[in-house]
Amino acid sequence: MKLKAIVDVLSLESPMETLDLERDVTGGYVSDLLSDVIAHTHAGDIWITLQVHPNTIAVATLKELTAIIVIGENAPAEAAVSKAASEGIAIFTTDLPAFEVVGKLYEMGLRGQS
Amino acid sequence: MTDQPLFKKAFPVKGDFASAGEASVKVKNILKDIGYDSGVIRRVAVATYEAEMNVVMYGGGGEIVMAVNADHVNIIIVDQGPGIPDIKQALVEGYSTATEEMREMGFGAGMGLPNIRKNSNEFTIDSEMGKGTRLDLVFRCGG
Ligand SMILES: Nc1ncnc2c1ncn2[C@@H]1O[C@H](COP(=O)(O)OP(=O)(O)OP(=O)(O)O)[C@@H](O)[C@H]1O
Ligand SMILES: [Mg+2]
Repeated sequence: MKLKAIVDVLSLESPMETLDLERDVTGGYVSDLLSDVIAHTHAGDIWITLQVHPNTIAVATLKELTAIIVIGENAPAEAAVSKAASEGIAIFTTDLPAFEVVGKLYEMGLRGQS
Repeated sequence: MTDQPLFKKAFPVKGDFASAGEASVKVKNILKDIGYDSGVIRRVAVATYEAEMNVVMYGGGGEIVMAVNADHVNIIIVDQGPGIPDIKQALVEGYSTATEEMREMGFGAGMGLPNIRKNSNEFTIDSEMGKGTRLDLVFRCGG
């Protein structure tokens, strides 16, 4: 599924200046523990998390994740946003609780990959 | 005949969080550029990232050395930090001495060393109190 479809349905916002919304999202993962994310995500996943700092972006880069949806009031730090931009990772923010975000993604047909 | 690697390179790891993870990204990108076995790339990326984070969080900085061979990759990660008092305990899933601040950033699940062991074909850890810690890892193609 295209990133654009997800951004539209969830009305996601982004601190990034340019975004490639034509990129494919092939699965999803939810976790705030970096060791868990590095072990269990797949390339193409969208990652739902409270965490957003430069190390988060390093994890997303290494695992070739498509995008990160940051839950809650955690405004992404400038350092994380610029690093994500240079690595081609999209960052989004939302006021929705994580449960709602995941529920909507599942409803759209997205699945977690084991 | 000695077994010379096709390619060998060292990557310094600074002891600060801002650049943490960057050496692992470089290691991965080199393997991708030379078109190495994708399974090995995936496993090296996970293990090297975890080891690099440990060097940043506990070792105060160090070095990653990668040697690429035809059918396997060797990764050595060294630091001159405080060392690990009880290696057996450190290898237990869930064991962590991460600070509150590290935990708030999403570290400290105590999964790093177990992940490294799972993702490598050979895993050797040496640590001496007051001297530092060294991991010797081997990743074999098709393994
Ligand atoms: N290079 C090192 N120098 C000193 N101590 C270390 C080093 N690497 C690991 N340790 C010790 O071993 C423990 C377990 O490490 P491990 O990587 O498995 O988990 P963690 O780093 O605590 O959490 P996580 O990796 O899940 O974020 C650490 O909490 C630390 O006490
Ligand atoms: Mg660790």
